[in-house]
Amino acid sequence: MARKILTEHINVPGIETFDVYRKQGGYTAVEKAIKTMTPEEVVEEAKKSGVRGRGGAGFPMGMKWGFLAKPEGVPRYLVCNADESEPGTFKDHHLMKCIPHLLIEGMIISSFALGAHKSFIYVRGELMYVIRILEKAIEEAKAQGFLGKNILGSGYDLELVVQPGGGAYICGEETALLESLEGKRGNPRNKPPFPAVKGLYQSPTVVNNVESISNMPWIINNGGDAYAAIGIGRSTGTKLISASGHIQKPGVYEIELGVSVDEFLNSDEYCGGIRKGHYLKALVAGGSSVPILPAHLITKTANGEDRLMSYESLSDGGFATGTMLGSGGFIVFDETACIVRNTWNFSRFYHHESCGQCSPCREGTGWMEKVLHRIEHGHGSMHDIDLLVDISKKIEGNTICPLGDAAAWPVASAIRHFRDEFVWHITHPHEATQPGAVYMGEMALV
Amino acid sequence: MEEVKPQLLKITFDGIEVEVEPGTTIMQAARKIAEADESQGHLVPPAMCYYKPLPVSGGKCRACLVKVSAGSAKDPRPMPKLVPSCITQVQDGMVVENTTNQGVLDTRKSIVEFLLINHPLDCPICDQAGECHLQDFAFEHGSAKTRYEEERRTFDKIDIGPHVQLHMTRCILCYRCVYTADQITDKRVHGVMNRGDASEISTYIEKAIDNDFSGNVIDVCPVGALTDKTFRFKNRVWFTKPEDAHRNCDKCCGKVTLWYRGDEVLRVTARKNTWGEATDFICNTCRFEKKNTSEWVLEGPTKVKRSSVISANKYRADLVKKPDFALKLAATQYKKIDDSRPYVTDEETIRQQSIENNDKANHRSLLAKNN
Amino acid sequence: MTESPNLVAFTPERLEKVKEIIARYPEGRQKSALLPVLHVAQEQWGWLSSEVMDYVAGILSIEPVEVYEVATFYTMYHLDPVGKHVIEYCRTGPCCLMGGEDVYGHLKNKLGIDAGETTSDGLFTLKEVECLAACGWGPVFQIREQFYMNLTNDKVDQIIEELSK
Repeated sequence: MARKILTEHINVPGIETFDVYRKQGGYTAVEKAIKTMTPEEVVEEAKKSGVRGRGGAGFPMGMKWGFLAKPEGVPRYLVCNADESEPGTFKDHHLMKCIPHLLIEGMIISSFALGAHKSFIYVRGELMYVIRILEKAIEEAKAQGFLGKNILGSGYDLELVVQPGGGAYICGEETALLESLEGKRGNPRNKPPFPAVKGLYQSPTVVNNVESISNMPWIINNGGDAYAAIGIGRSTGTKLISASGHIQKPGVYEIELGVSVDEFLNSDEYCGGIRKGHYLKALVAGGSSVPILPAHLITKTANGEDRLMSYESLSDGGFATGTMLGSGGFIVFDETACIVRNTWNFSRFYHHESCGQCSPCREGTGWMEKVLHRIEHGHGSMHDIDLLVDISKKIEGNTICPLGDAAAWPVASAIRHFRDEFVWHITHPHEATQPGAVYMGEMALV
Repeated sequence: MEEVKPQLLKITFDGIEVEVEPGTTIMQAARKIAEADESQGHLVPPAMCYYKPLPVSGGKCRACLVKVSAGSAKDPRPMPKLVPSCITQVQDGMVVENTTNQGVLDTRKSIVEFLLINHPLDCPICDQAGECHLQDFAFEHGSAKTRYEEERRTFDKIDIGPHVQLHMTRCILCYRCVYTADQITDKRVHGVMNRGDASEISTYIEKAIDNDFSGNVIDVCPVGALTDKTFRFKNRVWFTKPEDAHRNCDKCCGKVTLWYRGDEVLRVTARKNTWGEATDFICNTCRFEKKNTSEWVLEGPTKVKRSSVISANKYRADLVKKPDFALKLAATQYKKIDDSRPYVTDEETIRQQSIENNDKANHRSLLAKNN
Repeated sequence: MTESPNLVAFTPERLEKVKEIIARYPEGRQKSALLPVLHVAQEQWGWLSSEVMDYVAGILSIEPVEVYEVATFYTMYHLDPVGKHVIEYCRTGPCCLMGGEDVYGHLKNKLGIDAGETTSDGLFTLKEVECLAACGWGPVFQIREQFYMNLTNDKVDQIIEELSK
C-alpha cells in the first residue's frame, strides 16, 4: 500500500467526531505548532515541504504564504477555498464530509502561521450538508479549547467561519471568492493588487485549497523535509485524485505523486482499469479545464517515456502532446464516449459559468457553445472547426481570470487530438445525431 | 519645507519616450503623448469600459490590451500576457508596444468581433451614432464581415425614469453607469443582473431612477444603450452644433455643452474632453429643463476633434486612420475615390451647409412619402 | 405551490440565526452575511420574491439592488415560485458519461415536465444545474441538502414515489 497522508484514518468509524479523530492522533500538530513553534517556523516547514496548491494552479503554498503583506495594525485573513466545482473533481467534498477535523486542524495551524485571527472556509452552497458537518466539528473543537480565545493557553485567538456560496463555479477563482465572501457578485478582480496585499476587506489575505491546508497537520508532525521526501522532483507529497468516467472503480484515491498513469488507471488499488469489454479512448487528467489526451498519449509521453501522475510529467510536451495535473479530476473516456458531445457539454458549462464581466469570455464562451451545439446536432460546416480554434485562441490569455483559458483549452485540445471526429460529425450529420452514435474511425485500431 | 518632487518614471510607448508621475497608468501615459502631439492620437489604446472620472472603472472590455515587452528597468522581462493599459501602472523603464505589435492589433480586432456579437448593427436608427465609442472602435479596428451566425440577444426598451431610456440590446456591459450611480448618487437603484452573456443592466423590479444626477448615465454610456428621451430621434449628432455654455446652478457646476440645430437647443450634455469623458457631471435640471439660449451664458463653439464626424459633417478620409480592410476592399472592388475636392473649414459655412443638406434630405423623404 | 409571502418577516428562530450570522463578520462588513442570509430566507419561503429581498436588504442595511444583483448571479437562489421538491439535476460531462442523459430523459418523462417547469400538483420543480462535485458517484441530483447518487431509472422511480407520498 502506498503511503497515505490525508486519508490514512478516513475509514475509521466515527472519525468525523472529535473524540475518534483525537484518538487517532488528531490535534497533536496544533499542540506542537502553537506550544513549541513560532509562526515563522511553521511557514518555514510549509516552504520546506514543497506542497503545491491543490486547487489546480499548483503554486507552492509556502511561497504564497511568504508573499503575505504584514502591515502593522491591519488584520490578515486566511480563506480556505472549498468551492470545489470543477467538473470531474470531488476530492474536497469527500475529504470534508468524511474527516472534517483534518481541515479544521489544518486551518488552525495555517491561521497561526499567518497571524490570522478570523479565518473563513468558503464552501460551495450546494454542499450545505457538508457545511453542517464542518460547523459541528468546529463546535467540538471550540469546546475542547482548540478554537476561540486563548487557544491552549497560548494567548492566540482564532475564530473559524464557514461561509456558504450561492452556486457559481467562478467563485473558485480566489478573487471572485473574496468578492463573494464580501457579499457581492462573484466577479474576479483585476490583478494586481494580489490578495496577499489587498484581499478580503482590502486586507492581506491568503486563499488556499482544502487539500493543501489539510496537509499541514502531517507536515507539522513529521516535518516539511519528510513531506518533501515523498513524491517525485518538485511534485512533493501525495495528491487526492477524483477518478470518474468509464472505469471499474470511480472514487477518490490518494496517490504518491510520481506513480505511473498506467498503474493508477489499471491497478486494483486505484481505478481498476477500464470497465469490462471496453477500451480506453481519452483522458482528462486534471478536471474539465485541462486539455484532453488521446489514448496513445495517456500512459506514455510523446517521447515514449512512462507518463507519471506528477505536475511535470503530465505537462510533458506542453499542450501539443501533454496536459496538466490541475485539480486532479481524472475523467476517463472509453470508446463509447463521443468527444464532440463531451466538448459541447464542457463548453456549455463554461458558457453557463462565465461571470460576464470581460468581453472575450462573456461573448466567446457562448459563441463556442453555439458552434459546438451546431456541429453536434448535425448542422455544422467544415469551417466551423477552424472558427472554434480561432475563437479559443482569441479568448485564451485575454481575460481577467483563468476561466477564459479554462473554456478555451478543452475545445482547442479536443480539435487538436480528435479532429477526425469533428469532421465526421459534419460530413455524416444523420449518423452522428443518432442516439449513442460515436465515431469509431481510427480508434478501432488502437 | 521644500517640496519633494516625485521621481518621474520613464516609459517607452510605441517607440516614443515619455516621463510620467508614479501611479500613472499606461493609458494615461499614451494620452499624455497624444495631448502633447495631436498627430500621435492614433497611438492611444481605445477604451470602452475605462472612464477616468470613475476611478473603479476599467479592465473589463479588454479593448485596450497592450504588449509590455519590458516590465521595468529593474526587471526587463516581458509580461507573459497582454495587459489592460487602462489599469496597469507604469514602471520605470517599461517598454510598451501598442500599434507596433501585430498581436495586439489582432487581439483588438477580435475584441471588436466579440463586442459586436450581441450588439445590433442599428447605427442608422441609433441616437448615439456619430459619437458612439463602439462605432469608432469597430470602424478603426474591426472587420467588414461577421463570422457570427447565431441569434443575438434582444431586450425590450424600457424607460428608467422620466428622461432616460434603456435599450439593453445595445449594451456592452462596461459597468460605467453602475459606477456612476455609485459615485455621484447616494442611492443606486440599477445594477447588473444575471451573469455571463445573460447579464443585463436593470432595476430588477420596475423602478424609476429618480435623483438629480441620474441623467449622467447617458453621458458615460459608450453606446446607445442609455439615451436622452428629450433628444431621441430629434436629430443626428453631426447635424447639431455644440456650444459651450454655463449658468448659475445650485446643484451642479452648471458648465455644459448645448447642442444647437439652428437657434434651437436640442440637448444639453456635460462637457467632454478629447477622450469623450465628462469633465464635470451635471444635474438633471441643467440637462433636461434648460433648453432656451436665454437661460445660458454662451462661451463659444466647443472644440471638437477634427477627425470627428461632428466637426466635418462626414468622416474625412485624410484624418481618419484607415483600417486595412477598407483599403484592400477599395483597391480591389471600387474605383479610386476622388478626394481632391476642397474641404470647407469655416465653421459657419459648415453649419449652414449641414442644415441645408439635412433639409434637402428631409425634403427628399417627404417627397417620397407624398408620392 | 409556495404562496408569495404576504407577511415578510423571519420566524423568531430564523431571526436569531440571522443575527448570529451577521455577528460572524467584522464590524461594518455585515454585507458579507448576504449569501448565508439569502439561504435562510429561501429555507423559510422556498423562493426569493422581491419583497423578501427588500426585507433582507433592510436587515443588512444595504440597497435592495445589491441584493438583486447577488441573487440573480448565483444559481441556487430561486427567483420564481417553485414546487415542494426542487430536483437539481447535474447535466455536466462526467455524470453524462455515467449515463446521466438517459436517466435525465427518464426523469423528465416520469414527471412530464421539462427543465425549469413545475409539475401541475406543485410537488416537483426540475432544474438543470452544473457539476455538483460528486462525479465519481454520478449520475447525481440534489433535492435541498440531500444528494441522490449513482442514479438509475429504477432508483429515480423509487425516489419520486417516495417523495410523492
